[in-house]
Amino acid sequence: MSKILILAQHDGVAINQGTAKAVTAAKQIDGAIIDLVVFSDNVDSIAVEASKLSDVNTVHAVSTPTDQWKLAAGIAPKIAELASNYTHVFGPSTTFGKDIMPCVAALMGLNQISDIMQVIDAKTFKRPIYAGNAVITVNAPQDKIVATIRTASFKTNDMTSGSATVENHDNNNDQNETRFIELQSGNSERPDLQTAAKVISGGRGLGSEENFELMYNLADKIGAATGASRAAVDAGYCPNEMQVGQTGKIIAPDLYMCFGISGAIQHLTGIKDAGTIVAINKDGESPIYEVADIGLVGDLFKVVPELMEKL
Amino acid sequence: MKILVAIKRVVDYNVRVQVKPDGSGVATDGVKMSINPFDEIAIEEALRIKEAGKASEVIVVSIGPNTAQQQLRTALAMGADSAILIESDVEIQSLKAATSLLNIVEKEQPGLVIMGKQAIDDDNNQTPQMLATLWKRPQATFVSKLEVNETTALATREVDAGLETIEVTLPAVISTDLRLNEPRFVKLPDIMKAKRKPLDIISIADTLNGFNDNELSIQKYESPQPREKGIMVESVDELVSLLKEKGLV
Repeated sequence: MSKILILAQHDGVAINQGTAKAVTAAKQIDGAIIDLVVFSDNVDSIAVEASKLSDVNTVHAVSTPTDQWKLAAGIAPKIAELASNYTHVFGPSTTFGKDIMPCVAALMGLNQISDIMQVIDAKTFKRPIYAGNAVITVNAPQDKIVATIRTASFKTNDMTSGSATVENHDNNNDQNETRFIELQSGNSERPDLQTAAKVISGGRGLGSEENFELMYNLADKIGAATGASRAAVDAGYCPNEMQVGQTGKIIAPDLYMCFGISGAIQHLTGIKDAGTIVAINKDGESPIYEVADIGLVGDLFKVVPELMEKL
Repeated sequence: MKILVAIKRVVDYNVRVQVKPDGSGVATDGVKMSINPFDEIAIEEALRIKEAGKASEVIVVSIGPNTAQQQLRTALAMGADSAILIESDVEIQSLKAATSLLNIVEKEQPGLVIMGKQAIDDDNNQTPQMLATLWKRPQATFVSKLEVNETTALATREVDAGLETIEVTLPAVISTDLRLNEPRFVKLPDIMKAKRKPLDIISIADTLNGFNDNELSIQKYESPQPREKGIMVESVDELVSLLKEKGLV
C-alpha cells in the first residue's frame, strides 16, 4: 500500500498548480493514499486552500515562523520527520521543490528520483536525462522513495472540489543561519508562464528590450503568458523568470508561438510537451522547425503586426 | 578562507547524445568530454572571490574515472591552486557523491563549497543540496549573483517567480546558475604551469566510511518520443486560419 506525502507549494495566497500536478502523478500509483504538507506563518488560510485539492486525504498544516517556510533549511527537517509515516514523498519540480527535496532525501538517506515524467508502478518511473535527449526507467529497490514531479508531464488535478481533513503541526526548527532577504518579481498581470494555456515567446531575433513589447502586446491580445529563450534573457531583453528551457521553465501550454528563436536543444527541452508549437523565424533552416507543428518563415517585425490585426 | 569547487566530467554540451541501440546507456565512446558547464562557472566564481582578496586558496575536486584528471588540469590552468581526484570507475549517484565530498570537506574545512546546480548528463540537481544537508551547513542554490563577506554571503537565486535574495552564514554550499559569470578562457602558458600544480588521486572507497549504498537502479535507456512532423505555411492568413481551425485562438 502506497502512502504519498506531497509538499505543497504556495505564494502565501494560492496553492501552486505544480502541487496539483504532483497529485495527478501520485494518483497513477495504484491505491495510493495522498496527503499534503503545507508550511506557512499563516498556515490556517493556506491549509484551507490546500484542502480543496481533490483526491487528498489529509493536509498537514505546519505553522512555521515568518519567511522560514520559504527556505529549505526551515522546512526540510520537518518533511523528513513526517515522512516516517509514508512510502513516497513527492515535490513539484519547480525551483522550490528542486531546492528542498534533495535535502529531504539526504536526511532520509536516499537518492532522489528527479523530474518524474511517467509513473510505471509504485517503484518504477521514467525521467529525462541529457536535456531530454534520453529517457531512463528508474526503479527504487528501497522501501521509501523521494522524488520531484516534472510538472509539464502531468495535467493539473482539480483544485476546487476536494475536502481534505486539516491536521495542525508545529515546526520547532529555529535555524538562523539562512535568512530570507527579499523576492524581486516581475509581478506580471499576464497569465503565469508555467501554467498558461497559451505562450508567446521571443528570442534573440527580437533584437532589443524595446522590441520585446511586440511579444507583450501580442500575448495580451490573445490572453497568453510570455516566455523567452536563454539568448534573449542573457542579452538583457527580458527578465530571467521568462526563460524557457533546460535550465529555465519546462512548460506544456496548448499553444506555444515563438518568434526569432532558432531552437537550441536546451530551449526545445523546455517546450517539447506543448500541444501545438508555432515557429516564426527568418531562417527556414533553424532547428526550431524540426519540432514545430506549424512553421512560417518570415520577418517577425512584419508577421507580428499582421497577427495583431488578424487574430 | 579556502574554497572547495566540485566539478564533474561530462559529455560536452555541444554533443547530441545518442542512446545505444540495446538500451544499456548512451554512446560515449570517442565523444568529446568537458567540465560540466555549471561547474566551470563555479570555478570561475571561486577564482574571482580569491582574486578579490576574500579567499586564500581554491581547491578543485572531482569524482570520476582516471581520465577526469584532464578536467582537473583545465581547472588548474584556469587558476585553481590544487586538485583532488576521487577515483571511481563506475558512475555514482548523488547521495554517494555528497557523502564522498563531505569527507573532503571535513579534511579541508573550506569556508565555501561552490558547484554547478546540476550536471548536464544526469540532470539530477541534487548533490549540492545533499552535501549541505549532510554537512549541516546552509545552502544557496541556483545562484546568479554572489557577494562574499567575512562571515556571511549574500546570494541572489534564480527562482520561478524572479530573483530571490538570501543571506547565509559561512561555511555554506553554493550551487551556480548560468548567469553568475562567464568563465575565462585558458591560456597556453597557464596550461604548462598547471602541469606542475598538485593533483592528488584517492580511491572513492577511502572517502565513504562504510556508507550504505541505497542506489536506484536504472533499468533501461531509450530515445525520447519524437514529435510528429509539422507543416509549413506560406502566409499569416494561412497560419491564422489553421490556429482558428484547431480552436487555439
